[in-house]
Amino acid sequence: MRNYLLRHLQVFFYSLGEMARAPFAAFMTIAVIGISLALPAALYTLLANVQRAGGGWSQGARISLFLDLGTPRVTAENLAVQIRAMPGVASVRYISPAAALGEFKRLSGFGNTLDLLDSNPLPAVLVVHPADHAARARAVRALADALGRLPGVKLAQFDLEWVRRLDAILRLAQRGVVILAGLLGIAVLLVVGNTIRLAILSRRPEIEVIKLIGGTDRFIRRPFLYTGLFQGLFGGILAWILVTLSLALLASPVRDLAGLYGSGFTLTGLGPRAGLVLLLGGAGLGWAGSRLAVSRHLRDIEPG
Amino acid sequence: MIRLSNLSKRYPGGFDALRGVSFEVDSGEMVFITGHSGAGKSTLLKILTLIEHASGGQVVVNSRNVARLPRRDIPHFRREIGVVFQDNKLLHDRTVFDNVALPLIVAGVSHQEIARRTRAALDKVGLLGKERMYPVTLSGGEQQRVGIARAVVNKPALLLADEPTGNLDADMADQITDLFHDFNRHGVCVLIATHDLRQIQRLRKRVIGLKDGQLVVDSGNQAA
Repeated sequence: MRNYLLRHLQVFFYSLGEMARAPFAAFMTIAVIGISLALPAALYTLLANVQRAGGGWSQGARISLFLDLGTPRVTAENLAVQIRAMPGVASVRYISPAAALGEFKRLSGFGNTLDLLDSNPLPAVLVVHPADHAARARAVRALADALGRLPGVKLAQFDLEWVRRLDAILRLAQRGVVILAGLLGIAVLLVVGNTIRLAILSRRPEIEVIKLIGGTDRFIRRPFLYTGLFQGLFGGILAWILVTLSLALLASPVRDLAGLYGSGFTLTGLGPRAGLVLLLGGAGLGWAGSRLAVSRHLRDIEPG
Repeated sequence: MIRLSNLSKRYPGGFDALRGVSFEVDSGEMVFITGHSGAGKSTLLKILTLIEHASGGQVVVNSRNVARLPRRDIPHFRREIGVVFQDNKLLHDRTVFDNVALPLIVAGVSHQEIARRTRAALDKVGLLGKERMYPVTLSGGEQQRVGIARAVVNKPALLLADEPTGNLDADMADQITDLFHDFNRHGVCVLIATHDLRQIQRLRKRVIGLKDGQLVVDSGNQAA
């Protein structure tokens, strides 16, 4: 057992050494793998970010109740208490006309222009959060209808539709990323397979001699499998670096854009978990590609 | 050690390299297999090491029926036989030491054991001082001795050699043959395919002659 591990360790370093001896060729392969893996990883990361940004809004699958103009605060708060007692309601928040105007000033950029108005044109608003919105969209819609019929409520605005559309679009994009990842995964498999095939052919005399003196297939393929594994792993690391660099380049324009929408949104990177999946996926694909080439070509090489 | 009965080999295309060859070699024997090129010497050795498969007849080596050996057992079978090639088949990008150590590495022998046995094998062929050199820097005779060291480092009971002196001048050839003779005296069964009559006459060991794939001469056990 100890001998077995020792032998693996030897092949481990031997394969690394082989790559270091031909750094340019190794780098070419690793770069192709890295770029192939970086593309789906980057798309996945962007998608996750979009979802997060959208998630901020879809939390508020909320119902905005615009009250009649000039509704006194007491009436509004009584109404809020009444609504809070209704089934399917999680919370109710009262926004006074003054607060609404303040927020509007802050976000719209009209600022001082609004000071020119002699009276506040905005109504009081009750923001109602349904208890569980996503699961029962129809129930929420019924709630919105009921709230709209309450006395003193001028308009019940319910904005779940666009959240659902965004979700659908994101699901579509996710599916696209999965398909792309599948295709590029196959590409990685083939790239590694081809590299290993060339390596096998270039070491044909050595393989023949090893077979002649009693080397098992297992012994012969081991260094090739390690080489494939390393190429995939380093490709994965390169992909991680590429994604991180791209996100860093995008960070400042995204912050500017988010600022324009009055949001403090910032891009999030790949994250340790997705990163680990990327590394393991790369290594696994490299190993599998090498395995393919090895099983295909080693049998053909027989001493004679 | 070796038992052939009615061995035949037909290559695709219909060429008969061996036709009904039968003989036995006991362990500890030394045998020369001789004949012109194309007489079937190389084919015979290739069948004994399972590089080629027999078309008919029985081959038993080391009390194993070679024809029935499953593919996965071939490596282990080959480890029990030392083979020396005419073109020595050394790996030129590795040192003499690494070339000789290869069968031990392949067999998964421990590190210290590899160093010890490799040095012992190199010492036996008189190349201990050249273990760090690369094969290309050695003379033809020295390269052949590296090949022999590699063949015996596993301490096989059977040593096969295909024209081991074919590329060497008489002096070198004598040394190489004496080396084989020395291993034989230590109990190794040695089978040498050669058309070097000088070596055959020098040692006066058993001679098996092949002609057109058939056995034409067998001087019998221990002719000397």
